[in-house]
Parts: sequence; C-alpha cells; structure tokens
Amino acid sequence: MLAYLLRRSLYAIPILIGVNLITFALFFVVNSPDDMARMQLGVKRVTPEAIAKWKVERGYDKPLFFNAQAEGVGVLTDTILFAKSARMFVGDFGRAEDGRDIAREITTRMGPSLAIALPTFILGLYVTVSFALLLTFFRGSYLDIWGVVLCVALMSISGLFYIIGGQFLISKLWRLVPISGYSGGLDAWKFLILPVLIGVISGIGSSARWYRTIFLEEIGRDYVRTARAKGLSEVAVLFRHVLRNAMIPILTGVVVVIPLLFMGSLLTESFFGIPGLGSYTIDAINAQDFAVVRAMVFIGSVLYIAGLMLTDISYTFVDPRIRFE
Amino acid sequence: MTFLPVILWSDVLIWLLVLAAIVLGVLSSRNPPLRAAWQRVGRSRPGMAAATVLMAFVLVGLLDSLHYRPRLESREAGQPVAYSVEVLSLLDAMVTPLRTRSEKTYSQPLATRAYTKEAFDVRDADGSLRQVRDFPRLKFGGAHLGDDEARRDDDIVKRVLAAEALACAILAGIALGGSYLLARRHACSARQIWSALWRGELSVAWHAVLATLGLLLLLLMPLAVLSVDYHVFGTDKVGQDVLYQILKSVRTALVIGLVTTLVMLPLSILLGILAGYFRGWVDDLIQYLYTTLSSIPGVLLIAAAVLMMQVIIDTHPQWFATAAERADLRLLALCFILGVTSWTGLCRLLRGETLKLRELEYIQAAQAFGVSDLRIILRHILPNLMHIVIIALVMDFSSLVLAEAVLSYVGIGVDPTMISFGTMINNARMEMAREPMVWWSLAAAFVFMFTLVLAANLLADAVRDAFDPRLAGSS
Amino acid sequence: MSQDSQSILSVRGLRMGFASGYAHTRQVLAAVDGIDFAVHAGETLALLGESGCGKSATALSLLRLLPAAGRILGGEVCFDGRDLLQLPESEMRTVRGGGMAMIFQEPATSLNPVMTVGRQIGEVLERHLDLTGAATRQRALELLDAVGIADAQRRLDEFPFQLSGGMKQRVMIAVALAGHPKLLIADEPTTALDVTIQAQILDLLRRLQAERGMGMLLITHDLGVVAQMAHRVGVMYAGEIVEEAPRNAFFASPRHPYSQKLFAALPDLARRGGRLETIAGQVPSLAAMPTGCRFAERCPHAWERCRDESPGWHEAGESHRVRCHLMAEPGRAVAPVPRPVTLVIPLVDPRPALLAVRDLAVHFPIRRGVLQLTVGQVRAVDGVSLDLVRGRTLALVGESGCGKTTVGKAILQLVKPTAGRIELEERELNGLSRAELRPLRRRMQMIFQDPFASLNPRLSVGEIIGEGMSALGVNTQSAGRNDAVVALLQEVGLDPAAAGRYPHEFSGGQRQRIAIARALAVQPELIICDEPTSALDVSVQAQILNLLKALQDDLGLAYLFITHNFAVVDYLAHEVAVMYLGRIVERGLVDEVLRSPRHPYTQALLSAVPSPRLDAQPECIRLAGEMPSPANPPAGCHFHPRCPQASALCRASYPETSRLTATHAVRCHLFGSAEQNK
Repeated sequence: MLAYLLRRSLYAIPILIGVNLITFALFFVVNSPDDMARMQLGVKRVTPEAIAKWKVERGYDKPLFFNAQAEGVGVLTDTILFAKSARMFVGDFGRAEDGRDIAREITTRMGPSLAIALPTFILGLYVTVSFALLLTFFRGSYLDIWGVVLCVALMSISGLFYIIGGQFLISKLWRLVPISGYSGGLDAWKFLILPVLIGVISGIGSSARWYRTIFLEEIGRDYVRTARAKGLSEVAVLFRHVLRNAMIPILTGVVVVIPLLFMGSLLTESFFGIPGLGSYTIDAINAQDFAVVRAMVFIGSVLYIAGLMLTDISYTFVDPRIRFE
Repeated sequence: MTFLPVILWSDVLIWLLVLAAIVLGVLSSRNPPLRAAWQRVGRSRPGMAAATVLMAFVLVGLLDSLHYRPRLESREAGQPVAYSVEVLSLLDAMVTPLRTRSEKTYSQPLATRAYTKEAFDVRDADGSLRQVRDFPRLKFGGAHLGDDEARRDDDIVKRVLAAEALACAILAGIALGGSYLLARRHACSARQIWSALWRGELSVAWHAVLATLGLLLLLLMPLAVLSVDYHVFGTDKVGQDVLYQILKSVRTALVIGLVTTLVMLPLSILLGILAGYFRGWVDDLIQYLYTTLSSIPGVLLIAAAVLMMQVIIDTHPQWFATAAERADLRLLALCFILGVTSWTGLCRLLRGETLKLRELEYIQAAQAFGVSDLRIILRHILPNLMHIVIIALVMDFSSLVLAEAVLSYVGIGVDPTMISFGTMINNARMEMAREPMVWWSLAAAFVFMFTLVLAANLLADAVRDAFDPRLAGSS
Repeated sequence: MSQDSQSILSVRGLRMGFASGYAHTRQVLAAVDGIDFAVHAGETLALLGESGCGKSATALSLLRLLPAAGRILGGEVCFDGRDLLQLPESEMRTVRGGGMAMIFQEPATSLNPVMTVGRQIGEVLERHLDLTGAATRQRALELLDAVGIADAQRRLDEFPFQLSGGMKQRVMIAVALAGHPKLLIADEPTTALDVTIQAQILDLLRRLQAERGMGMLLITHDLGVVAQMAHRVGVMYAGEIVEEAPRNAFFASPRHPYSQKLFAALPDLARRGGRLETIAGQVPSLAAMPTGCRFAERCPHAWERCRDESPGWHEAGESHRVRCHLMAEPGRAVAPVPRPVTLVIPLVDPRPALLAVRDLAVHFPIRRGVLQLTVGQVRAVDGVSLDLVRGRTLALVGESGCGKTTVGKAILQLVKPTAGRIELEERELNGLSRAELRPLRRRMQMIFQDPFASLNPRLSVGEIIGEGMSALGVNTQSAGRNDAVVALLQEVGLDPAAAGRYPHEFSGGQRQRIAIARALAVQPELIICDEPTSALDVSVQAQILNLLKALQDDLGLAYLFITHNFAVVDYLAHEVAVMYLGRIVERGLVDEVLRSPRHPYTQALLSAVPSPRLDAQPECIRLAGEMPSPANPPAGCHFHPRCPQASALCRASYPETSRLTATHAVRCHLFGSAEQNK
C-alpha cells in the first residue's frame, strides 16, 4: 500500500512540471510580453519606451529560456521561465498589477473562500446522497420518476439563475439576510447562509441523479441478491451493502474537489461580494492582471493534483483490494 | 446583386455539422444495430417531445447562419456598388421589424409607454410650452393604436384569439397531413393510424411529437402575431427588443454546444483509441497528456486562454473586415478552447472501452487473419465506440450551453457585442438592483434557456437509454 | 407426491413471468408455467434443464427474490405450513436465510467485495439467531470449520478477493447454513468451478445435507451432477416439468423423449466415430409458446395430438411421472435409426507433423513497487512441446488457469511467445514479421469460446465471414467472395440468407457455426478450437461437435482442441495432452490417457468428473486445495502439494519426461527411475 501511495505521489511530479510549462507557454509564448504591454497600455500610450518601462517594472524584460548575457547559473535562472514560472514551485508568485504580493493576498483570502465552500460541500454531499438513496429506495415508483424529473429540471437551470433568484427572493423580497457582503468573526453566518444554501440547491440535480445511477448499478449486482437471500431488510441492504460499494465510484468524483475548496467559487463570491479567492480571480480576469491569473492557474492545478492523491488515499479506506495489495 | 453573401467561419462549421448529421443518419439507417438504437429513441415519448422542441431551436439557429451584407442605396448612378458594413442573417431579414424598431430605453412587455418618466415639453391649449414629467409614448410599441391606448387590452385579446385559431388550424393541417402520409406508408386507413397513434402503438412516438408541436404552436403563435406591433418581451436599456435578442441568442448557444464537440471529438477519439489499442508508451504519453491538461481547473484554463486570445485579437485589428467577423472568430476561439479543455473526459472513457474491446475475441479473430491495425480500428473498434461518442455528444451539449452563460458572465465568454444568453443575463443582472426592477429580460432569458437545456437533457437521457443497454437495463 | 405430510416444501401450480415490451404493448410472458413439486427433509430434488427453461426463475420465485421485471403470476409455495406467496414481506424476510437459504452460481460476484468474510456470515447470525459480539464470531468460526476452510480464524477477517474460487463457494455455503435452514436451494453451485473443485464442493454439500437432514433443491444442467447428488429428478423444459422420477428409475429408463435425447446427446467413447444425437431446432421463445406439447416441434415421435393438446401427467412407475402423449399411445413411438459406429483409430501416424511445438514458453512480467520494476514472471506456459498431424485432433486438457488457452494463442502468434519454437510444416513462426506471417495465417485459424464475444455485433454475417478472405487475399473478386460465403454458410448448416443478417439475430449455437465458417473461409489446415462448446447447452454442443467431426472427415483438418471437458475429448480427440500449471504432465493416445491414466493428476481429474451413469462412478480421488498461481509455482514438481503420492524427490526437482509406450509419455517421478531409458 505504501508503495502504491508513493508511486502515485511520484507520478504527480511530471504532471506538475507539465502544468507549469503549459501555463508558461500560454502566458509568454502565445503572446510576447510586448503584445501584453500594448494591450495593457492601450492604443494611445503605446510607445517603445512605454513598452520597455512596462516590461522592466514587471520583470518581463528578460529572455524566455536562455540568458546569454548572464553568467554561471544565471544563464538559466535569469530568464522569464525561471523567474516567473519555476519560482511558483516555492510559492513565489510575484506581484499583482496593484503592486501587492500575490502570495500574501492568497493566504488572507483563503479563509472567506473556505467559509463558504466547505459548508456547501459537506451539506451538499449529505443532502444529495440522502436524496439519491431515497430515490433508490423507492425505485420505479412515482416518487422516483418525479424525483428524477425534478433532478433533470434542476440541472437545466443555469447557476447564475440560482444565485439571482435566491438573492431576489430571500434578500430582496423577504429581506431575511443581507444581499451581499462579508465580515470576519462569528456574525459572518448571516452573510454565509444564503450562498451556502444556493450552492447546495444548485448542486442537487446533477449529483443526485449521478449517485442514483451508481446506486442502481450496484443494486443489480449478485452480492445484493445474496444479501436479500439472507433475509436482510431493504434498508439494511441499502446502507450496509450498496452504500459501501457505491462509495468507491462516488469518492472518485468527490474527494478530488476537496483541496479545490480553497479556491472558492467564482460566481458565488463575485455575486455575494465575498473577499475570497474566487472574486480575486474574477477581478484579475476583468482587470487583465496576468500575474494573478497565472498564479491561480498554477495553484488550482497543485490543489487538483493534491485531490488526486487524496482520492488514492481514500480508496485504501473503502476498497480492501487496494489496501491489501 | 442586392446583397453580398458573407460566409462566417461558424456558418461553415454549422452547415458542416448539418451535413455530418445527414451522413450519420444515412450510416445509421444502413447499420441495423444503430438503426435499432435510433428506433428506441423514436419510441421514447420524452425523447421525441424534446427532439421536437430542439428542432424549433435548430431551425432558428440555421436561419441565423446564412449571412449577407445588404447593398447600400447608392445616391448617384455610376458609383461603385457599396455594401453595408453591417452583416445580417436570413433571420434578421425575416424579423426586420424586431431588429429595427428600437425604442429609447426600457419598456415593459406589451407596453405602449416607456418604463421611466421623462421630462418633455407639452404645448398647452393656449400655446404656451409647459414641461411635464410623464411616461413617454413609445415610438413603435402599440404605435398602430394611435392615441387610443385604452384599446390596447382589447386589441391584445383579439390578436391572441386570432393567433390561437390560426395555430389550431395549422395543427389540424399537420395532423391530417401527417396521418395521411403515415396511413399510406403503413397501408391502412387514416382512422386506424389515428387511433394507433394515440395509443402509442406506432414505432415512433408521433403522439408526443404532435402534442409538443401543438403546445409550441399555441404558445408561439400569439407571440409572433403580437410581436408585429408590440414588444412582447419588452425592450432593454438601449431600447432593443428582447424577443429579438432571444432569437439571436439561440444561434450562439447552438454554436457553442455543437461546434465545441466537433473540435474535441476527433482529438478524443483518436487519442483514446490509440492509447487503448496500442498500450505501452503510447498509452503512457497520452495518459500523461490528459492528466496534465485535466489537472488545470477548467474555468482557470479557459480564463487564461481567453485572455491570451483577447490579446491576439486586440493587437491584430487588421484581420477583421467587420465587427461581426471579429465576434465570430472570438466565438470560434471560445469553442476551440472549450473543446481543448473538455476532450479529456471522453478520451479517458474511450481509452477504457478500447482496452476492453481489444481483448474481445472478434478482435483476436481479426488479428489471427493478419488484418492490419488501422483496419481493425476502423472496422471493429470505432463502430463499437460509436454509442459512447453519440451519448457524449448529446450529454455535453447542455453543459456547454450552461457553461457559455457562466463564462460570458465572468467576462471570458463570447464577445460583449455578440448577443447570447450569457451576455443577456450579464446585462440584466444590474437591472435587478434597479428600483423599480427591470425583470423581463432576465425572465425571458431564463425561460428560453431553461427550455433549450431541458430539452437537450431529456433528449440526452433518451439517447443514452437507447444506446447504452447496460444503463437501460438498470433503470 | 403421496408423502405430502413429510415434505418441507411443496409447490403447486407455480407460474411466474417477465414483463416485456413498451408502455402500451407491455405484457408478461410466462417463463415458468404451472409447475408442481415437493422436497422432503433429508432429500435432494434435482431440477434438470438447459438454459432458459425456467429453473433459476423457479428457485428465485420460491424466495420471492425475482429481478425487477419478474412477476409471480399464481400458484402456491407451501413451506413450513405457510403459503410463502401470501406472506407479507417482513415475514418473508425471516424465511429467507432462516428457513430457506440459497447458494448461487458465481461465488466470485455473490459475495460483497468490501466486507470481511466474518461480517458476511455474522450478518445472518445476527438476523436469524440473535447472536451478538463474541458469540457471533465463535459461531462463524465453527461454520467455516464445518465447510472445510483451513485456518478459519485468519479467514474470518479476510475479504473475498483474498480467497480462491472454491473457498468463496465454501464461504457462500457457510453463509447459507448460518441460519439453520431446513431447505437449501443450490442454483448451479459448481458450474463456475473446475472439476476437481466441483468434486470437493459436491462432497461437502452431500455431507452437510446428511448431517443436518436438510432438504435440498439442486438446480443444474449437468446429468453427471444429478447422478451424484440427487434422490429425485425433475426435468424442466420450456417452463414446465416434463418428467419426474426417483434417480435410479430416471437413469435406468428415462421416459420423456426430451430426457432420452439429453442422454443421447452426451458425447462419450461409445459414440466415438459416429454422429451424436442432436435435438433439432431450439427451445421455443417465451413469446411464442406452442399450445400443445412444448417439445413437439423438436420431438421425433410427435404427431397431431402433440401439437394440439398439452399432455397431462402419466404414471410410468413407482413415483415416476411423465408428461407425454406417448405414454397413452406407446405404439406411436418411432424406432430410433441405429447409427453406424466406426471405430478406426490409427495407432501411430507416420506422416510428418503439420504443427510441431518445442519448449514453448509464454511469460508475463509482474511489475511491482514504486518504479514498477519487473519483480517476477507469471509462467503461464512454461516449456510445452506437442506435435499434431494433418487430419487428427489433439486435445489439450486442463483446469482453468493452467495455460492451455495461452498455448493456442501463442501458436497463432496472438500472444508473443517468450521462448521455444513453433513450426508449421517445418517453417518456424517465432520471430517472423507481420508481413512474413500473413501467408502462414491462411493455414491456421482459431475458433473461440464465447460465441457472443467472438462476432462483431456491428458487422453482417457476410462481412464477418468475408473478413479473413479480404485480409488474406482469398477470392478478391466480390462476386466470387459472395459465392464463397454462401457455400461456407451451407457447409456449416446455415441458410445462405444469413449472410445479410447480424449476429444478434442468431442463437449461441448458430453463432458458433458462423465463427466456424469464418475460420474455414481461408481454407486452413489447422484450426485451434478454444473450448468451442463450453458455453453451449448439451443438445447444441452435440450439433457443433458433429459439425467439427464432419468437417475434419471432409477437409482433412487438424484440430488443436482446447477443453476441460473429458467427455468431449473422448468423443472427438485422437490424442490428449494434460496440462498443469503451464506444463504438459501427461500425453498419449486417447485410450491410453483416458483408460489408463498414469499421472496422479490425470487420475484425479478423471475420477472427479461426475459420470452421467449410475454404474460407472469410479472411486473418486479427492485432491486437496486448488491450483497454485503460475506467478509462484511450488518448487520441485508443481503438483506435489496436492499429490497423494508425493515423496521427498517430488519436492526437490521437476520430473523429466518418461516414455511409457511409443505414444504415451508422463512427467512424474513415480515412473522416472524404472523407464527413463525408453
């Protein structure tokens, strides 16, 4: 088992390098820093001097791969590849357009993001799995049929409408909670409750339907027939046998997103004015702040890969075949 | 010529897709197992109802995919013919009043007056000018009523009734004509066909099609009739008719949903089969490729790619003759980026299935004949993956349409000048905060987008059940 | 049926069916149509029938465990004085696992993969005996001991994937026994197991039944298993029981034409050289059940009455009942046409071998650890040599996992051999490029085991058969190819119109004919048959064997026949090679190996095959344990851990080949010293 986990973690290294190279290529090879400067400065102010100044300010004036003028290791380190891409491995993301340190900004914004994403994730998982189990228990009945219809309808609504509708109904019409905003400390709950609720509801449709398919697939298996032949009740069959086997495919989709919770949600945060990483990213996109977007792409991939490894670890808990290999 | 045809890249791809659909149809009809699967789709009532709704959307989209530039009225004879820089589509031409009758700003659905008060001068009886603040009369909305605005409600009711009558007549015509054709094909009387149809005994769920068609006609006919003289869904901030925006959004959604799959399909099919069939280092390489790509969160990768694309477009303005061409290229680039970021899932699926298939005995039998790898892939593997590809195609459509809205909202979607559900929602979002609230844009966008995506999802379900016997058995 | 007072289960008029079709055309097609039987305490009733006759559906109906589309349509199931079909679901659950327990065909999928063995047994104990905690564990331990699992203490905490197939079925039996059932339903309990393991499991079931005085309903398609296990036999056909008799009476004189045909279709030595009896046609589909006798279409004796009127029960002896009009009008019976039996088996064929395999080895690497380094080899095939002459059949026999299929694939170069030589008429195959191999591929072809996986569902039959011809450049003109396809279809006994149809329209036996036609299309000299009949019913198996035999006589084909079924070997083969763990342990002419086996493994294997006759059951040699993994074969003779005659020498070294006669050779230390020098 240890060898299995170790092998999986070793596999992450080439992937991380690949991600790093892809982001580098996207940001510096597809367009030259000159193009970016022209775009940022706008047509009126474009002069060769302005471009040069813009590049120097951001450290984009170095060569891409090899610096023939530098000495020693500088040939490799005094380049954009090293300074802007490779240094991200050690958490150095550089500065945003407004001059702030990106790494520090990220650490302070993680909290609010997590405050919404984590409850949404846990509550959402609980609600969807329970709903799917309910549908599975009453499979073939009208409850099941209409439940699936509801799921399909729910998943046909754009996430934007959930947020707009929720804000309109609960905050504007009923005035139950503030429409947006955030505060640290304990009274944050009144800002969090609506986004969490909306996050849970908007996820029900597709997840519950998917889990139901998994449960139904498991229910058709031979061991379920054996369990019924033992005289177990349908509830015992569902919880003791089906749920535990269905956990294996469910975990594949679920565990991988846990680290990504740190990244927050773009839509929710921007609509509710939560100062998290999601709104940070959106602001950066709108302001065309390349350094921040680059940093977020890299962090997102690192978290995803961490999620893959978490998935591998979680398999060893639910699947004895891997645990004992 | 009175117009200059303009062929946008997305038009080419859309009509290519239509061609591909026809080819797929012909191929399917020749291959009994595929034909049987499509027949199962045909028997599914929700599936056929959804397909009918989708056909309506596709019709709008196709009409909107034939573009031209009208000739400018030349002032003097002898001057070279000049064409407008504005690119129009066949749909634009058909709904010209909707496009051209712009008000000044917001107006409610079916309103005859604007939504906000405005100050304007009124000449009193004594001839003196007086400034009043009132809701100004709309230029086009209910213009035919003249000053007799009180007649509006009567007029609307009359028009709706007439429209419904017309809808019923058309429906009856379709039903009679359809059952006559079916009766001829089945060689029995129209009455027998009619009763068989409603008992659902025909091999295609025509009753679902007919019912959906009826519902569509009853709902849309009044809209069409009223839209001649009213703004049925109101107007937006710059006074543009919302119904027109909805119609234009349909094409954008279809392009995103369909062209994207066109981009990703060849890539995922090729790589998936190569990885699964040849295994070894080919497999390792392809797996590495898709794991790496899929480990970058989709939205962020799209954001990065779109930002870079914007830089390219902005720094090369000389490439585009018209704004429409620029918007079109951006739309295509978005499709391409979405395609590149979303091929990994299907590729993984196809690789797994190919791994299973290549161990099957009929593949080994072919290998025992010394059949070449290429031929084995084309004859034995690809046809047996088709059901997965078709399922993926219809399943992805709805999620792509939804994704477009989110991306456009985030600012990394289609060109802001291009009308789409996403840009409509994005614009309308500010209007929700207004007092009094402007709700109609959002409501219209919601209803039509929901209908489109729901229909796509229902069709996807029917197709999946019909093509995947394993899943069909479990539910 | 007179002893109803003693019966623990009595079924009357049970009918069940499956819902099919779409919304408005939905209907329920009866799969079991009014059957009656009873099971007494301490007695085994065997329900015998071919696939699709409704025997498994019957068993599941008794427990009311039908799949979603299944419906019980009527009748009564009296168990313990209550009609199970009337019980509310909650009371039914106390019957399941408590009064009546069931074991299934596939031990590999019937156990929950993520639950320990102890928990799966404990669940029943908690449910039906109200045991808790340590008592549960103690009882589970006793049960594992009772079903003969060694080291039960450790096994309790293991998961099913850590157990071998035979052990899984033992655990299934322990689960079934846990609730002290009065009736055990065993649905094909040994069909998925190898013959030596089957013998162990059948022994175990017999012993447990005797100890506990349970009634047992055994569902099987295997006359041999019936002969060993049953006290009474019920023969099912198309949803009805057509004959019911005590075992001895049944085996002495089966009275229903269908039962008689089942016996006649069994291949064995007595029928060697001749043709096997076959049953024409197929079991009628559920949607098109005939109104009269359901067997009439296929019955050689049938007359109008059989087609019009469903026969009632006729007494044929002491509690022997038959549903056949012949019992009322015995004069109608048609005398069977005696078939000429020719027994011509040449002793040694002087011609040079068509196929010569020398020291063939196929090893698959095992990769482990962080860097996936190769840490060992699965020696699937480890030094196999064999010769095959034109027009003859060599049977390669062994249990699953012994490497016999890999040998076949390696000869065809579908799997790359690790070492050794394969010569097709003195032309070395190993190391040839694909282009060099292509002309040789015309000369050897393969027929696969699974008729459902061996035909591409997306191609028409004509395209399937034509594929080899186009790939190998035979009949390149399309007109000529179409004629050739038609001729081939006729040769394998199919309608030429089949060329335009698709595989899903054909039954298993017909599909296997198509596969044979595909192989014949390139006019090969050697055909490797990989268990071509093991997925087929007995009556269909006979048709395919007849066809193979006739083709050999007409075309002079050589067969390498890979199988685990000795009856087929006896009928079809000229020579036999027995494989164990990647090596051939004994080979010789059929008579030598089957009549006087010398290797202890061959002896045990032969004795473990349940014979479908009562008189001929030899003393069974029971083998302990199961075949080890080829990744880690035992030192010395691979067979020594299971061998009843193993000595110290066997543990030390692998025996050399000893020639007993010119044709009979064996690899065993028992013969090494005396006859080493030929």
